Amino acid sequence: MAGSAPVMTQMSYDMAHLIGATVLMAGFQLLYQRRLFAVLNTFAFQALALAAAAAWQAHIQNAPHLYVTAAIALVFKAMIVPFALHWLVERLGIHRTVETAMSIGWTMIAGVALVALSILLVLPVTANASALTRESLAMAMSVVLLGLLMMITRRNAVTQVVGFMALENGLILAAVSAKGMPLVVEISIAFSVLVAMTLFGIFFFRIRERFETLDLGDLETYRGDRQ
Amino acid sequence: MIGHLSQLPGADNPLLWILGVPLGSAGFLAVLRDWRVAAWVNVLASGVTFASSLVLFEHRPEANKLLFIDDFNIYLVVLTAFIGLTTAVFSAAYIARESDAHRLSDLHLRFYHSMYQAFLFTMLLALTANNTGVMWVAVEAATLTTVLMVSLYRTREAIEAAWKYFILCSVGIGLALFGTTLVYLAAQPVMGDGADAMAWTLMIKRAGEFQPDLLNLAFVFVLVGYGTKVGLAPLHSWLPDAHAEGPTPISAVLSGLLLNVALYALLRFKMVIAANGHTLTPGPLLIMMGLSSLFLSAFMLYRRGDIKRLFAYSSIEHMGVITFAFGMGGPLANFAGLLHMTMHSLTKSAIFFAVGIISQNAGTKRIADIRGLTASHPVLGWGFVLAVLAIAGLPPLGVFMSEFLVVSSTFARAPLLAVPLALGLLLAFGALVSRLQMMAFGTPPLGGQSHGEAGTVSSILALTPLWVHMSLVLVAGLYLPAELVSWFQTVARLLG
Repeated sequence: MAGSAPVMTQMSYDMAHLIGATVLMAGFQLLYQRRLFAVLNTFAFQALALAAAAAWQAHIQNAPHLYVTAAIALVFKAMIVPFALHWLVERLGIHRTVETAMSIGWTMIAGVALVALSILLVLPVTANASALTRESLAMAMSVVLLGLLMMITRRNAVTQVVGFMALENGLILAAVSAKGMPLVVEISIAFSVLVAMTLFGIFFFRIRERFETLDLGDLETYRGDRQ
Repeated sequence: MIGHLSQLPGADNPLLWILGVPLGSAGFLAVLRDWRVAAWVNVLASGVTFASSLVLFEHRPEANKLLFIDDFNIYLVVLTAFIGLTTAVFSAAYIARESDAHRLSDLHLRFYHSMYQAFLFTMLLALTANNTGVMWVAVEAATLTTVLMVSLYRTREAIEAAWKYFILCSVGIGLALFGTTLVYLAAQPVMGDGADAMAWTLMIKRAGEFQPDLLNLAFVFVLVGYGTKVGLAPLHSWLPDAHAEGPTPISAVLSGLLLNVALYALLRFKMVIAANGHTLTPGPLLIMMGLSSLFLSAFMLYRRGDIKRLFAYSSIEHMGVITFAFGMGGPLANFAGLLHMTMHSLTKSAIFFAVGIISQNAGTKRIADIRGLTASHPVLGWGFVLAVLAIAGLPPLGVFMSEFLVVSSTFARAPLLAVPLALGLLLAFGALVSRLQMMAFGTPPLGGQSHGEAGTVSSILALTPLWVHMSLVLVAGLYLPAELVSWFQTVARLLG
């Protein structure tokens, strides 16, 4: 692939930027949804944008293997996973409103702060990298942090899983934007297996209760160690 | 992917056996119906893996872009294969007794043995991978296999523990991947596109030219990411639950192997950072996390009512001490850290072997219900006493020596840091010894706890690994062979 990569034009840069920003925007939308099905639809939209981002990077980097990553994002994450979760929520009778540990307004403010943090951290340290890599990386890190925020501030198992997958979308965005990074396909397959396992776990173990054990404050009250 | 296949080792390469045997047996055990045969196939496969790992001393294969062996990972490969073997022997006895008690179905057992070998494969792959991406995939797969094993009993607690482990470690693994991508981005301008910029052997040579700021940012992500898997406070909360609710052989390999492998990943990245020379020093971060793990677990030890949780917290404590030692850096502290990693693995897995039999005999994991072990089961009870005294850090056992080295090397260079370290160790010592007194001495509860001690095959099998580990720890405390010392010193210098 070396040498044959097309010269980066303004167009390819703008496109990459636009698609990356769409993934980030979807990350924000995830934060203010109040209904579970709306969360799933927003996640599907984010995965769709990620598929477009991967396909575009495959095109401009002339790296055909990234089309596989794009296909995984499109088929598995934008279609199968939201559909399966939708089915699980109906089948298991999971509560359909989103339970928050922090009000939506504060979550949004924290989200904006995290994006600012990512930009402030990433832009100075990547001064030598190309503009394409720098800004994609800043956006990818924002998406990762927003996913993490969602996992912390939501209490249902399903929304936590969606938060994790949003985080993972950010990781894949970073990996496809890193020019010539090997093993991206293997990594996205590894993640898909992880996600498939989670869905499997929710279904078979009927995990529908709130899991508050991610809060460190609850560590002591964990029932396994009560006297 | 096709490009990587040409990098696979040939038949004369011990690495093929070390990785191929666990992978092949994982597949074979998945279709083997009889669990009694499966338990022995498991032991046999682990034995072959251990034997092949010993060949590495004689014949060290050339590094390629996928796999490599150097002075650092060879010792962890051998240690991992050894504990894999002894735990497989213990597991054969443990599973036989669990199955007699009808706690596990045949299907679960088939699954368990297959996952055990798959877990060993991922551990050994993570240790031998010469590519940051392959190492990441291996650690991720290790998370998956262990989650499945932790949830084996299908009780509410087990499923909740597995879920918590899964979610926390998946996030950790995700952040570690982000760090890995950043390291690639730092390396890529110097090394060019592709796999070269992810190979440890090539990166370390040119690390000086990498961009230091990017490495700093990457290290924070790697530390938080792999640090979650090491169980460093405040990212440790998955660890006690996962240790307590899974089958006991899995607790032994989690403490003895998985934590080491995660720490190994962290140390590899630290080596690249150290070779760069222009970055922030990672030492203070490691020291801080090490001390906080030590203190948190030392206090937590006093409040445990569950025997497996007690020793899970003790694992956090020791990982804290080891991380502290590597954070101090320098030849002596690194030497102490490496030695402590080995001693902790051997001792802690021995403790879990004993705990497995104890809780099977007593039918409970509650410390309050376990009494008079030395009177009711002398061989088991005294082995347990020895192992707990060893982990608490009593001389002349091996753990004392490595802890003493950590404290004295710290005292020589930063006396103020040695005070909290020694205090934390003493606190943990007090907690463990007071719990040990309750369990080991006194009158055993009535109600026929005496079964299981008779010279049956399964009880000999269950006790042998315990005593083998403890003899090694005792010997290491009294005398370390000169070759081993000089070898640890070489590795300690590599670590910077």
